[in-house]
Amino acid sequence: MKNLQLNTEGKLKHFLSIEGLSKEVLTEILDTAESFSSMSEQKVKKVPLLRGKTIVILFFENSTRTRTTFELAATRLSADVLTMNIATSATSKGESLLDTIRNLEAMHVDMFVVRHAISGSGHFIAQNAAPHISVINAGDGQHAHPTQAMLDMFTIRQYKHSFDNLKVAIIGDILHSRVARSQIQALNTLGTQEVRVIAPKTLLPSHVETLGVTAFNCIEEGLKDVDVIIMLRLQKERMTSALLPNEREYFKCFGLTEERLKLAKSNAIVMHPGPINRGVEIESSIADGPQSVILQQVSNGIAVRMAIMSLTLQSNGETL
Amino acid sequence: MTTTNNLEIPALLTKLETELKSLIQARALENPLMIGIHSGGVWVAEELHQRLKIKEPLALMDISFYRDDFSQLGMHPKVKPSHLPAHMEGRDIILIDDVFYTGRTIRAALNEIFDYGRPNKVILGVLIERDGRQIPLQPDCKGCSITMPKGQRIKLTGPSPLDIHIQSFTTEKSAA
Repeated sequence: MKNLQLNTEGKLKHFLSIEGLSKEVLTEILDTAESFSSMSEQKVKKVPLLRGKTIVILFFENSTRTRTTFELAATRLSADVLTMNIATSATSKGESLLDTIRNLEAMHVDMFVVRHAISGSGHFIAQNAAPHISVINAGDGQHAHPTQAMLDMFTIRQYKHSFDNLKVAIIGDILHSRVARSQIQALNTLGTQEVRVIAPKTLLPSHVETLGVTAFNCIEEGLKDVDVIIMLRLQKERMTSALLPNEREYFKCFGLTEERLKLAKSNAIVMHPGPINRGVEIESSIADGPQSVILQQVSNGIAVRMAIMSLTLQSNGETL
Repeated sequence: MTTTNNLEIPALLTKLETELKSLIQARALENPLMIGIHSGGVWVAEELHQRLKIKEPLALMDISFYRDDFSQLGMHPKVKPSHLPAHMEGRDIILIDDVFYTGRTIRAALNEIFDYGRPNKVILGVLIERDGRQIPLQPDCKGCSITMPKGQRIKLTGPSPLDIHIQSFTTEKSAA
């Protein structure tokens, strides 16, 4: 089956999900991001690569970090950026989404960066948008958040250099996390030795092993000898039933404490996609501690999003 | 791939050095900053920076993000970061590249320089100027000028030893 994300020459046209992308494509994104990451240390943090392109950041769900790093990434590439925050109810999908897209298309835009509460909305827009438009998924429901996963891969590579001998543990609300799903796919595609998920049974999808992970219900067991710890936020807004007794209980069983951190390798890094619930999933002193790379993840987010934007828009040039 | 016989790098470097020396004097360049364009230009600049005893450390520039053919050719893999000093405002600059061909690389380099500030003077030195200029820019100093068939390109390999190679290519695009 043809991958919607690639053009006829196998180049990235849309970036909707890690699924279906090869190790080569993911590595190209990481390498390109490396070129951009050094730019942020320079006095002039802007290059004319996407001058004349118009990028619409279309957020149907709230976000601060993701939206601002996308905006910064686009402006540093010299694109014109239009940000739209559209509060919407889950029922107003289909027609209204398509209408929004059609209207923006009429303004001759080149890219949509979309966040939406409904899984598959990025694919839907990519299938229905005009052929010259690229679509980047900035988070769709519980499905995928591929740019977050790529910035996490970039951060891991920055500190650990290669994925081959790594043990990576993802801890927390795997069930509701689009970040976790994308991370697992990316880690496996890049050849990570072992990917573990650690969560109470109620926050793990059924048959989670089929995703290519080892599941642990005990954090002490799961943390043993890992190189990378990825904490996830408890997504209270997506929990529709009583999956947890309370936050205190959760922290007692699954919170990352100084004590538990010692079970991992001494040079293990601690990551979190943000926003952090201090004292709920992670002890405050760890979030601010020497093993935390949480703010580095935010910085890397700009370079990785610059890479994905320029790589997807370059494939459109072939039709000129 | 063939190595040219009549282009000798030591002689080209000496000629370029002599021309630069007299131009620096004639134009009265003050505490000049030398910038080498990645990758061949950096190798040539390293050599000249020593020979001309320039005090200011050598600056490096990768113009890939400033190219004008992004929409045709796409991204360059593995772009090296430019190492330019924070203060370019009012500086005298010696820009160095290995081969001058269409002039587009120099256009991109000038754009990047001007993003950092308004330099006082900029002079351009290249090891080899070949025919095929496409925009109204040209080198001030050069090791030599040559004429080549359109389907060929000249490439410097290095850094040690520096060598010149003539390559044949199939599409006009890949020459940019």
